[in-house]
Amino acid sequence: MTALLSLWRNSFVRRVLEAVLTLVGVSVLTFAVLRVLPGDQITASYGIEAGALSPDQLASLRAYYGIDKPLVAQYFSWLGGVLTGNLGVATQSQQDVLDMTLRALPITLQLAVLSILVALALGVPGGLLAASRAGALRDNGSQLVSLLALSVPTFLVATALSSWLANRFGYNPNGEEFATLLRDPALNLQQMALPALTLGVSIAAPVFQTTRASVLAIRDEDYIRTARAKGVPPRRLQGRHVLRNALIPVVTISGLQFGFLLGGAVVIEQIFSIPGIGRQVLLGMTQKEYAVVQSTVLVIAVLFVLVNLLTDVVYRLVDPQARAQ
Amino acid sequence: MSATTTAAGVPARAPRGGALRAALLRPAGVVGLLLGLVVLVLAVMGTFGLTPYDPAKQDVTQSLVGPSGQHWFGTDQFGRDVFSRVCSGLANSLRIAVVSVGISGVLGILIGVLAGYYGGWVDRVVGVLTNVLFAFPSLLLALALAATLDRSWVTVSIAIATVYLPIFARVARAPVLRLRHVDYVTASTAIGRPRLSTLFAHVVPNMWGILLVQVTLSLSWSILTEAALSFLGFGTPPPAASLGGMVYDAQTISAVAPWMLAFPGLAIVVFVVGLNLLGDALRSTLDPRSGGRR
Repeated sequence: MTALLSLWRNSFVRRVLEAVLTLVGVSVLTFAVLRVLPGDQITASYGIEAGALSPDQLASLRAYYGIDKPLVAQYFSWLGGVLTGNLGVATQSQQDVLDMTLRALPITLQLAVLSILVALALGVPGGLLAASRAGALRDNGSQLVSLLALSVPTFLVATALSSWLANRFGYNPNGEEFATLLRDPALNLQQMALPALTLGVSIAAPVFQTTRASVLAIRDEDYIRTARAKGVPPRRLQGRHVLRNALIPVVTISGLQFGFLLGGAVVIEQIFSIPGIGRQVLLGMTQKEYAVVQSTVLVIAVLFVLVNLLTDVVYRLVDPQARAQ
Repeated sequence: MSATTTAAGVPARAPRGGALRAALLRPAGVVGLLLGLVVLVLAVMGTFGLTPYDPAKQDVTQSLVGPSGQHWFGTDQFGRDVFSRVCSGLANSLRIAVVSVGISGVLGILIGVLAGYYGGWVDRVVGVLTNVLFAFPSLLLALALAATLDRSWVTVSIAIATVYLPIFARVARAPVLRLRHVDYVTASTAIGRPRLSTLFAHVVPNMWGILLVQVTLSLSWSILTEAALSFLGFGTPPPAASLGGMVYDAQTISAVAPWMLAFPGLAIVVFVVGLNLLGDALRSTLDPRSGGRR
C-alpha cells in the first residue's frame, strides 16, 4: 500500500496515467463523433440504395455491422478491433485503413522532422540574437519578423511561393507523382523542400520566442551571477551556463510543435499533393469515407499524446531540476 | 502605471481600463489599433452592403480586369469586384471570429474559473476533458467538426469555438489558483460572503487583463482557422465570399491575375497582424517580466 502511495506521488507515474486517461477519452470522443454523423455504415456502403432495402434486410445488415447492439457494447467491440489493428476498410477502394495509414505516416513524419529542423535553424539563432541585446534594434526587428511569421497563413505563403516558382521558372516538383525518400531521394527532397520551408518558418516563431524569453530569464538567475563573479570567461558562461539551460524549454516547444505537425500539416500536404496522414483525413472527408476519417484522426490523436509524453520524458532527462524532484 | 503588483505577481487592483489605455499608448498598440480600424471599416462596409459593387454580381464583360480606378482591387474570372468581395470576406471572417471567440470565451472562462476555484474532483474532471480536446491538433479538430455538421457560417463558428474552449478554460484556471488564496479573497469569504459571489466579485474582475490578451490572440487564430477551413473547402460555403476561399480560387490563375491572390491574402495578414500587435502590446503592459520596454 505504501509502495502504491509513493508510486502515485511520483509525478512521472502520474503523468503516464494521465496520458492513458486522455487516450481513453480520445477514443470515446472519436467513437461518439462517428455516431453523431448522419447515416450509418449501411448508408455509407450502400448509398441511396439503402432506402430500397426491406426491413428484414436492413435488420440483418444492422446485425452484420453490429449496430443493433447497445452503444457501450458497440464501443468496446470497436475498441477491441482498433487495439488488434483493425482500423476498418475504405468502402470505395476496399483498402485497409491500417495499410493506408502505415503508408502515409512515414511521409508526414519526414515532413515534420524537416520542418522542425528548419524551425530550429531559424528560431534558435534568431532568439539568441534578439536576447543578446534586449530592446535594441535587432531585438525589436526580429520580434517583428516573428510576429509576421505568426500572422501570415501557411496556405497563403505556400500558394504564392509554389505558383510563383511554377509560373516564373516552370519549376514544380510537386506536379509529379510523389516519390518516397527510399524510391527517389533527389525528387523526394525537392518535393519536400517548399512544404518543409513553409511549415518551418511558421513554427520558427514560437521557437524564437521561447529561446529569447528563456535566455533573458536565465541571464538574471543567481547562479549566472555567481559564475560571473567567480570569473568564468564570458564565452564559457554563455555556452555552458546560459545556453545549455536556456535550450531546455526549446526542447519542450519543439516537441509540442512536432505533435502539432502530425495533424496540422493537412493544408500544406493538400497544396503540395503530399500523400501524408493529414491529406488522408481530408480525402476521407471529401469522399465521405467515415471509417478512414475516424481511424486516422484517432491515430493522429494517439500519436500526439505519445509525442507529448515523450517530450515530457526528454524534458525530465535534460533538466536536472526536474530529475531531482 | 496605476496597478501595483503583489509578491505573487498578481495585480492588486483591477487593471481594467488602465491596461487597455496603457497598451494603446505603445507603438505596437497604436499600429495594431489602426490596422484594426481599417479592417473594421471595410468589414462594416461589407456587412451593410456599402461596397462599390454587389460582391456576388457577375459581369463577364469585366472579367479579370486589373486594379484600376473603377475596380480598386481588380475583378475575378466571373467579373466580380475583388474589393467588394474582400470587404464581404472580412465581414464574414469578423463575424465568425467574434461568434466563435464569444462562445468559447464565455463557456471556457466559466469552466476554467469554476475548476480553479473549487478544485478537487471538479478540477480533475475538467482537466481530463481539456486534455482530451487538446489531444486533437486544432485545425484537424475544427475540420472534423465542420465536416460533420452542415456547412454554414454558424457551424464553422461552433467548430472553431469547440477547439478554443479548452484553451480559455486553461488560461482562466491558472490565475484563479493564485488568486483564491489572496488575503482579500480569504477575507471576503471570512466575513460570510458566499463563495460563488466572492468568486465573481473579487477574483474574476482581477483577471480581465489576462483574459483580454487571450481574447485578442484567439480572434486572430480563429480568423486564420476560418481562412484555412475555407481554403480547404470546409468553411463558409460559396457563393458567400470568404478570404480563404478567394485565395483558393486564385491559385490556378494567379499567373494571369495576381491581384486575385494578393488582395484577399493581404486582407488576412493585415487583420491578423493588427490583432497580434494589439495582443502583444496588452501582454507586455500586463506582464512586467516579458521585457516591457517596447
